Amino acid sequence: MSTKIAIVDYGMGNLRSVANGLAEVGASSALVSKGEDLLTYDKIILPGVGAFSEAMENLHKRELTAPLNACVDAGKQILGICLGMQLMCRQSFEDGTHQGLGWFDADVVEFPKTENLKVPHMGWNSVHFEKDNAIIHGIETGNDVYFVHSYYVDCKNQSDILATALHGQKFTAMLARDHLTGMQFHPEKSQQVGLKMLENFVNG
Amino acid sequence: MLKTRLIAVLIVLDGQVVQSVRFKHTNVIHYDPIHAIEAFNKWAVDEIVVLNVARKADDRDAFAEKVADISRICFVPLSVGGWITDEGYADLLLRSGADKLVVNTALHSQPELVAALSRRYGKQCVVASMDVMRGGSEFPTVRVDRGRVDTGVSAFEWAARAVELGAGEILFNSIDHDGARKGYDVETLKTIARSVDVPVIAFGGVLTWDHLLGGLDAGADAVAVANQFHYTEQSTKKAKAYLARKNVTVRAEGRFGD
Repeated sequence: MSTKIAIVDYGMGNLRSVANGLAEVGASSALVSKGEDLLTYDKIILPGVGAFSEAMENLHKRELTAPLNACVDAGKQILGICLGMQLMCRQSFEDGTHQGLGWFDADVVEFPKTENLKVPHMGWNSVHFEKDNAIIHGIETGNDVYFVHSYYVDCKNQSDILATALHGQKFTAMLARDHLTGMQFHPEKSQQVGLKMLENFVNG
Repeated sequence: MLKTRLIAVLIVLDGQVVQSVRFKHTNVIHYDPIHAIEAFNKWAVDEIVVLNVARKADDRDAFAEKVADISRICFVPLSVGGWITDEGYADLLLRSGADKLVVNTALHSQPELVAALSRRYGKQCVVASMDVMRGGSEFPTVRVDRGRVDTGVSAFEWAARAVELGAGEILFNSIDHDGARKGYDVETLKTIARSVDVPVIAFGGVLTWDHLLGGLDAGADAVAVANQFHYTEQSTKKAKAYLARKNVTVRAEGRFGD
């Protein structure tokens, strides 16, 4: 039986692109908006574009927080993309202080505004792997992937940092611990490199 | 470090990719945009822009369906535009798989719509496209409605206003240079790039890869090409190889190992 993948639909972001990326690597996925359905899937993708506080509010309002935590406890593979990775962190300082899902000991902070640094950090930038993980198998370090974000993840636990990138400073581009993975960039928009990561997620 | 983006533009009329020469669209390049996207996917293009230049709004839903087809095989950022006159249609384009919305005439006739889109989806989602023409006046002015209506507003003021309204990027095009194969309008481009703090994409007039350098030297953050990318086999790869030789930092194709 093929792996059942849920893309969490909570009203944030372009879900079609993620589904398209999965289809391209031969996986079928479903958009899931009901918490009780999430537990029936093998793997979960938490996508997201937009504001952190609105995203958390949507997760709470749609009663998705508890089922997501249950998926973590059940040991399901979960992949957070862009804002989705930020939601996995303890808290964000985007327009105030907002609690996240708290799966990683990390804060979400704004890129400092300096003269030569354009924010949002938008475009193709290289990711450097800091450790090994199934999700990056077959991919060389230093490849370019596509980023769009104004806030970055400041991870307190060095061993959770899977990859870093440079934008004025070094920041966390990928998080990984146990069955949890986060990608600050968009694998579904990062051509062959991103598709390979999605393929690894599907098959891993 | 961010790479200099190489962007392919597809000008779409009645569902076909057409050649654009001074905003006239007589020759069909591809009967189906999908063929162009398939090629660009293999040729390491960094971003794709698809513009609907239909004269009437009638077929805009058909265009949205085309966007959905394109997004199915497009694994780089996809910007789309043409006939975005209300939030509902903008939403339809995004749900069809677009990552960014390209606004042009709305900047003139519905500035509040542009501001609303920027608030709702974020600045990074709104690309302000501007078509300048030199005409008789000293400063080039911006034209809207596919180049037919002269707003009388200088390119400089226009760009500043677009950023104020919440555009996260500017797609600069010159009607005089469109399809003229003499390179970008670097004079005007220079003023625009200097005056705004959002990324500026140079567009309009590329024949040789050296023209791309001209755009970057004028201060553009990214370079876009329409016609010329379609005519040459492996065009975007060749363009990138040229830029890399000239010490421009471009994205290489994916590298895979053990």
